[in-house]
Amino acid sequence: MATDMTNLGHIDLTVNGRHRALDVAVHHSLLDVLRDDLRLTGTKECCLVGECGACTVIMDGRTVDSCLVLAVEADGAQITTVEGLATDSGLSTLQQAFLDKGAAQCGFCIPGQLLSAEAFLRETPHPTREAAEEAIAGNLCRCAGYEQILDAIMATAEAGQQ
Amino acid sequence: MSAPIIGSSPNRVGGIARVTGQHEYVADILVADALEAKFVTIDCAHARIISVDASAALALPGVLAVMTAADMPQPVPRFGPQLEDRPVIAVGETKYHGDPVAIVVAETRDLAMQAAALVHVEYEELPAVFTLAGALDPSAPLVQDPSLRPKDRFASTNVLREHPIGWGDVDAATADVVVEHTYTFPMVTHFAIEPHAYMAAPDGDGIAVWSTIQHPNWLQKVIAQVLHMPLAKVRVFAPDPGGGFGGKQHAKYEPLVALAAMHIGRPVRLVLTLEETFQAVRRASAEVRVRTGVNRDGSLVFEDIVADYLIGAYADIADRVVGKGSYPAAGPYNVPNVRIMARSVLSHTMPSTAFRGFGNPQVNWAVESNLDEAARAIGMDRLQIRLHNLARKGDAFIPFDTPADGHWEQTVLRAAELIGWDSPLPEGRGRGIALGVKSGPTTGLSYSTVRLLGDGSVVVFAGTSDMGQGARTVFAQIAAQELGAPLGWVAVVMGDTAVVPYDQQTSASRSTVLMGNSVLQACRSIQKQLSAMAARLHGLDEAQVTMDRGVIHLPDRDLTVLDVLVPGLGRLGGELTGNGEVRKDADPTHPLSGAPAFFEFNCTAIEVDVDRETGDITIARHVTVSDVGKSLNPLQVRMQDEGAAIQGLGHTLMEHYIWDEKGRLRNPGAIDYRIPTSMDLPLELIGATIENEDGPGPYGSKGMSEGALLCISSAVGAAVRDAIGVPMRDLPLTPERVWRALQEPSS
Repeated sequence: MATDMTNLGHIDLTVNGRHRALDVAVHHSLLDVLRDDLRLTGTKECCLVGECGACTVIMDGRTVDSCLVLAVEADGAQITTVEGLATDSGLSTLQQAFLDKGAAQCGFCIPGQLLSAEAFLRETPHPTREAAEEAIAGNLCRCAGYEQILDAIMATAEAGQQ
Repeated sequence: MSAPIIGSSPNRVGGIARVTGQHEYVADILVADALEAKFVTIDCAHARIISVDASAALALPGVLAVMTAADMPQPVPRFGPQLEDRPVIAVGETKYHGDPVAIVVAETRDLAMQAAALVHVEYEELPAVFTLAGALDPSAPLVQDPSLRPKDRFASTNVLREHPIGWGDVDAATADVVVEHTYTFPMVTHFAIEPHAYMAAPDGDGIAVWSTIQHPNWLQKVIAQVLHMPLAKVRVFAPDPGGGFGGKQHAKYEPLVALAAMHIGRPVRLVLTLEETFQAVRRASAEVRVRTGVNRDGSLVFEDIVADYLIGAYADIADRVVGKGSYPAAGPYNVPNVRIMARSVLSHTMPSTAFRGFGNPQVNWAVESNLDEAARAIGMDRLQIRLHNLARKGDAFIPFDTPADGHWEQTVLRAAELIGWDSPLPEGRGRGIALGVKSGPTTGLSYSTVRLLGDGSVVVFAGTSDMGQGARTVFAQIAAQELGAPLGWVAVVMGDTAVVPYDQQTSASRSTVLMGNSVLQACRSIQKQLSAMAARLHGLDEAQVTMDRGVIHLPDRDLTVLDVLVPGLGRLGGELTGNGEVRKDADPTHPLSGAPAFFEFNCTAIEVDVDRETGDITIARHVTVSDVGKSLNPLQVRMQDEGAAIQGLGHTLMEHYIWDEKGRLRNPGAIDYRIPTSMDLPLELIGATIENEDGPGPYGSKGMSEGALLCISSAVGAAVRDAIGVPMRDLPLTPERVWRALQEPSS
């Protein structure tokens, strides 16, 4: 491996509303930095090739697979992770719907599902179920709790807020 | 008395931690000073290791060790749940693609990866077998060293074991029509979204091990044996796994990580990549030949089944999968003559292991599909032939075993009704129906402890692993119901062998029945103590006091738990403790070493739409009905059934391992191996349960987490055959296969 593992780059991120200034290895992904440098381990690591969706976060309003984004590319970005969904008053409507509908089984894919659903509902407040199916198509769930995840997304939309 | 919490679907215990990201899976746990490990592997399956040169790797600052078999205790420890045939690291040769030759331990993951790439392994590739035909060829190289099983008549072959079972006399039986075909089932993998992860840390004069394991107590025994430590000095932490499906039942790389941690004297962490997880666990592929004899009135005369399962290079639990999975292969029918011969065949591939359905889906695919062919041959409706032969409750359909333990015809009739079996079929569509039966746990041992604390809240200690099936919630529901606590006042502690009493394992859909009964027993022990306390407080005879569902009944009035507990415990407070022990001992006279505690029974009915231009299959309607005895938590029951059904659509429609000529897996990982997504769901998925409260578990429940996967392929295959008029005998039913079948109709 020719990569110089010690080459660092400085980045400024806003993660869940909090400013973070970091020196990160230039070859590290946003996922690495979230999990290892910031210890925000709610974002999960699985396939590392952008296929499973477990590492989904919202970056500047759009979902990204954080395993495919170099941390230095995220310099200046606003990032929302699963840790940023709940508020001082408790779970977000979406989180509560996931809980109430039983969407979380083993739970490993759920942070990614939540972030995909969150971004989707911000853009599409009144979706069809078919559109919701497409919105989470990049988030694998091997417990196959897709019906409950979709139920939760639709219930959140019906509640008229996220 | 509060509303019953059994039979309701409260929010999952542990659910909040799962929607906030707070739940810590193994890879999320921070252990101070932990080193990172990475395997060194070679680019073929079977090879003699000539030398390992780690000098360049060790020259990197921050690389602490590159360990090979030479650095392990000698002889290199071997382990395994059936045979102790698997070395902690490759010894002398690799036996499958991905078999670790060395483990690199370094300060960071980057360094470990960099160093692993610098380790030079000189090796000589050896002849290898990756298929049943290759492994069974008389000139095939032997996968296993024959000295590992002296006196075994198969030691000089690649057959690990044979599992013959049967009754009646197949050879003497004569049937009006005999239908014979061969079916194949692919190698597939669990693909839990959480890849396997392990940590080990020296802990005083013992060791702590973290693992994504389903059976922490099994792992504790393996580590104790490998390290020559007493059980009490091996503490296994098993945080709720991120999906298991059988792949995380037994130890894999924990012994190696533990040896590395002890060697270096610091914590070592190994998180497998998804690709490495593909190389660690899979389901056995199978080739099954079925001869079905049937009379013109629809009565089954015989089933003659030969099932070869391709297992991997080490036994793991794979041979048990073959024996137990093939055992009910003739199905839930009264068949007077049955002969089943199943074989586990070793190959130079990663060890196959337990996977939801445990060897049953392979034979079900063959036998249920062949039953459809038999029905067509005699011109009988495919539902009617099943109802005609189906075992009724109490029938000894396997003559020497537990009789049919449910009104299974109710399940079948419900599924037929929900799919509209007799309704006209829309143009281009096809329907199929199939039945699945699986032997439940044949042995078991589940201890539990329940503590009723001074304020009426409850702590349940149960060694089950909650990998998504919701065991925590069910145990909490039982404790809440029995001890009158709100669900939110019940905590369930699992996954720490230093704290939680012994449980044999989390498998075979056993936990609600075995551990559930254990928890129930512990709660009832506390009820007796509370009754005695109430009698003492009120000057009554103990026989005058009873308790149920959290209410203590005196002759003249009812009391709550707190009415009794607070004065009963007195000024110092304290608590009441109850223990449960549910034991199902082995029966050496039984072919499976024990009759099943229950059968899982499911009927799946499918309606498909097949695109004749592309071969693409759309599941238009998917009906899955399971006999669950009693749904303790209806939502969780539905999710287990739906999850099993959709997981089964994976191996039915899209999933399979692809190998090259060197035995290298060509499609590991998420890009080239597809599992069902939200876009692959049936257009309509209808689940139902049959609940006669006739199971051995708490409140009449039965185990149920695998049923909906048992016969899914058979039902889909039957529907596709119905739609296109061509039988399909090889899974998965990819568009290409279906399209080819349409181009070249075979007999």
